[in-house]
Amino acid sequence: MSVAVRYDCIVIGAGHNGLVCAALLARAGRSVLVLESAEAVGGAACTREFAPGYRVSAGAHLLHMMPSSIVSELALESHGLKFAARSMPTSILTAGGAPQTLGTGLSQADAAQFDAYNERLARFARALVPLFSSVPPRLGTEDWGDRLALLKLGWSVRKLGRRDMRELLRIGGMNVHDLLEESFESQALKGALALDAVLGANFGPRSPGTVLTLLYRLAGESSAGIPGHTLAQPAGGMGALSEALAKAAAGAGVAIRTRSEVRRILVDDDRAIGVELSNGERIGGRAVISNADPKTTFLKLLGAAQLDTGFVRRVHHVRGKGLAAKLHIALKRPPLFAGATEAQLRGRLVLAPSLEYVEHAYNHSKYGEYSAQPALEVTVPTANDASLAPGGHHVMSVVAQYAPYALRGGWTEAARQGFTNAILDQLEALAPGLRESIAAVQLLTPLDLEASFGMSGGHWHHGDLAFDQFLMVRPVPGAAQYRTPLPGLYLCGAGCHPGGGVMGVAGRNAAAQVLKGAA
Amino acid sequence: MARPPQDDLDAIIVGAGHNGLVTACYLARAGMKVLVLERQPYIGGAAVSRRLYKDFTYSNCSYVCSLLRPEIMRTLELPKFGLQVIPYEGGCTMMQDGGHLALYDNHDALRREIARHSKRDAEAYDRYSRDVMRQCKFIKPLLLREPPDPTSFKLRDLQELLYLGKRFHGMGEARMYDTLRFWTMSAADFLEEYFESEIVKAHFAGSSIIGTALGPRSPGTAYVLLHHYMGDIDDTVGAWGFARGGMGAISNALGASLQASGGTVRSAAPVERILVKNERAVGVVLEGGEELYAKRVISNLDVRRTFLNCMDAGDLPDEFLTRVRNFKIRGSSGKLNIALDGLPSFPAIPAGSPSIRGDMHVTDTLDMMERAYDDWKDGRWSRAPYIDMLIPSQIDPTMAPNGKHYMSVFVQYCPYELAEGPWNSERRQAFGDTVINTIARQSPDFKDLILHAEIRTPWDIENEVGLTEGNIFQGELTMDQLLFNRPVPGYAQYRSPVKNLYMCGSSTHPGGGVMGAPGANAARAVLRDAGRLN
Repeated sequence: MSVAVRYDCIVIGAGHNGLVCAALLARAGRSVLVLESAEAVGGAACTREFAPGYRVSAGAHLLHMMPSSIVSELALESHGLKFAARSMPTSILTAGGAPQTLGTGLSQADAAQFDAYNERLARFARALVPLFSSVPPRLGTEDWGDRLALLKLGWSVRKLGRRDMRELLRIGGMNVHDLLEESFESQALKGALALDAVLGANFGPRSPGTVLTLLYRLAGESSAGIPGHTLAQPAGGMGALSEALAKAAAGAGVAIRTRSEVRRILVDDDRAIGVELSNGERIGGRAVISNADPKTTFLKLLGAAQLDTGFVRRVHHVRGKGLAAKLHIALKRPPLFAGATEAQLRGRLVLAPSLEYVEHAYNHSKYGEYSAQPALEVTVPTANDASLAPGGHHVMSVVAQYAPYALRGGWTEAARQGFTNAILDQLEALAPGLRESIAAVQLLTPLDLEASFGMSGGHWHHGDLAFDQFLMVRPVPGAAQYRTPLPGLYLCGAGCHPGGGVMGVAGRNAAAQVLKGAA
Repeated sequence: MARPPQDDLDAIIVGAGHNGLVTACYLARAGMKVLVLERQPYIGGAAVSRRLYKDFTYSNCSYVCSLLRPEIMRTLELPKFGLQVIPYEGGCTMMQDGGHLALYDNHDALRREIARHSKRDAEAYDRYSRDVMRQCKFIKPLLLREPPDPTSFKLRDLQELLYLGKRFHGMGEARMYDTLRFWTMSAADFLEEYFESEIVKAHFAGSSIIGTALGPRSPGTAYVLLHHYMGDIDDTVGAWGFARGGMGAISNALGASLQASGGTVRSAAPVERILVKNERAVGVVLEGGEELYAKRVISNLDVRRTFLNCMDAGDLPDEFLTRVRNFKIRGSSGKLNIALDGLPSFPAIPAGSPSIRGDMHVTDTLDMMERAYDDWKDGRWSRAPYIDMLIPSQIDPTMAPNGKHYMSVFVQYCPYELAEGPWNSERRQAFGDTVINTIARQSPDFKDLILHAEIRTPWDIENEVGLTEGNIFQGELTMDQLLFNRPVPGYAQYRSPVKNLYMCGSSTHPGGGVMGAPGANAARAVLRDAGRLN
């Protein structure tokens, strides 16, 4: 089979990583086409109307991990990215008390620990940034590049000095529950800090590896600014970020086609030569770069037949069943969280009153149940950006854990109603009267996220973040350097190192690899 | 002051647990004058045989022999001093629906048995055991070596790191990735990459949770599966066995071996404090005030007891003390020792099957095991506990009078501190009843056969054996407490911040199980420092 080469690079999917990758390739002089099945770009970084007149960031609802270097290199602000809020504070919601802004109102002992705790983790996070922003080395090769990368990795840890290095090597494999128990006494504080470690993860606070997921988040934040102070809300929602990315890409010469679903990746003579759209159109390219998750890319678009069985088995074993649901609430009046200040309402609100609360919420998910009392990350986008709702009305965006993808008995209407109520009950207790001010709600379970963003498992990292799916084994050995066993086919999505969370780093690393591949 | 006559002692070892005895044996064989001090009137620590009811012998703490390093058995001539290990075949998991999975030594029989539950799993089993054995072979030589300190530039550390790197590199690229994953993933995830049948997964997962405050779905539990394969009796890898006469036979053989090479054990001699003068350990004070002096002191006690109970905080760096306090050593296991009037029947197991001569289990799904762990997290003993149940008297007649039987029941999970309040006799009994009822569900005549039952909670184990919080490994085997992190980063090489004070217990690398490796490694460290390592 042959098909005329029309582009140097074809990127499948206009998620933020795909757009970053495309823009960087175009700036390096490649002719690039981005194909997106949805009608808008952005994938899970998008703004959607979920009820007449009410718009919300349907997937990720906060921007806090995108490296400032990407924002500036692609000149996103001159391409229209504006912020409705920056360095948003995090406040702890507690039943029967005013929200407590993180770091305030601490006991003497906790106050004494708090800064030291943050500074120590920030140091570790900084040490990890170079690791994230580079292609993970392969092991056991004769290649000096790999060896050098490994040495660099060792050195970035060594640089911490003996005390910090020992501490990093100790807590690195630890669970966040024990780390917090070592450091603090306030249940509310420990619960809130633990939530950062388990958001988007298939973990509870007691799961070993949750310090790693916490450091991942902090490393992302420290590439964007100061960890803990980078939470931002783009004006117009996350969709505005994707539009800015698209403009930057287009400005660099990238052709973007939406409503163009790729049906399969074309292979000839053991190399990727292009793609076929669902309307049958075939487009040739020297390199095909998939922003889709590994399972979709290898098993659906490429097909197991093109790969050897060992590799296919590894792909099947990638764990990526999402546990985070989104609940969008349209409100006729501002939500009245008891005792909340204006500033707190404009920030990020978390409901995770204790380590036990989060652990219990997680327990359910292990057995295919949704949490009876879910842990919540709440934002009120309209408090910063009135354009998202009719005058005087408001929108609340909630990330709720845990809601397992494979719910026992399935996500029936009853189950959806049950989980929605479980969330609303918690919110009603914190913001009395919320319920009757509701104009509309929309629940997006991992199943819905899978359907609307084409992420298998509805997992916002395209695969669990865990030691055994990290670095040179993410998403699977043999594809961890963004190249795949099939020449000409690359990955650039969150399923690759370092992972997801609207970072764009995977896309940037992938672009570097494609350019090396001289496509 | 007038020095007592013992001041010519080369070493005092605090605690006659198996590791303390192993250390003592190696030092004595190297010509050192050693004295082992034991609180109890008997030696062995948690490797003991006790007669608590009539003519029944209980291995009332540790209960099977598989991890004891063959190198140590040979060097210390334990068989010559009376240690006999009788391998046992079989093992099984009984299912709630009356079915069962039996484990056979015979490979074909085992495959047929697994195939009864899933043909696919029978195929996968060969891949599974090959991959697990590969990891065993990788780790085994590391057990008897000092873990290198990755933050140090000392020649020895660099050499050891290089050795590790070489072994790792030697596996080849693909295997290196497998190894990275194996050492960090959860037992459940690992098993699910091979098997589809719940009973098969549940049976193998059992060995991944024993003694640890983690569930089968906690990352870092996969490698604990090795414990079941590390068994090394007569070099038939994977075999498990009973010490004839109970686990005390191991301690007694070690004691005899020690005596033969000139070492001394003083039992009923509880150490109250380790003496430190000018920042050097110089001896110990016994309860009652007797002072004993030696050139060095080696503690077999867990790291918490050693440094928090037996020393003045003033003699230790604050940061070290904080680390010791943060060392996780939570109790999660209980034990029942039961004297039976006869052999109980297990309808789920076909008559004549050898599998009841091995380790028997009743947990037939991973979820059941995970829920048992959830109870522990909430400060409850598992309402449906995972049990590892053996009847050694079927193979070793010395354990019980003719026709009667001794049953050892290891129980996971049981917390050291109950949410409902402190342990007392009622709560202990309630815990015991939970376990007995769990067994009775698979054995109708079990309850009627019970003559005597010793119920041991983590609280009891702490108070009788002296293991902090009753943790059987002297510290949890979690990723953050292994190798160079065990027990304390920077002090993972058996030495302590105080000169001439060493650690030789399971709190040190490679950790618990009646393995003897920490004891042997500690002895090597002592001899190296003394310039006596040839």
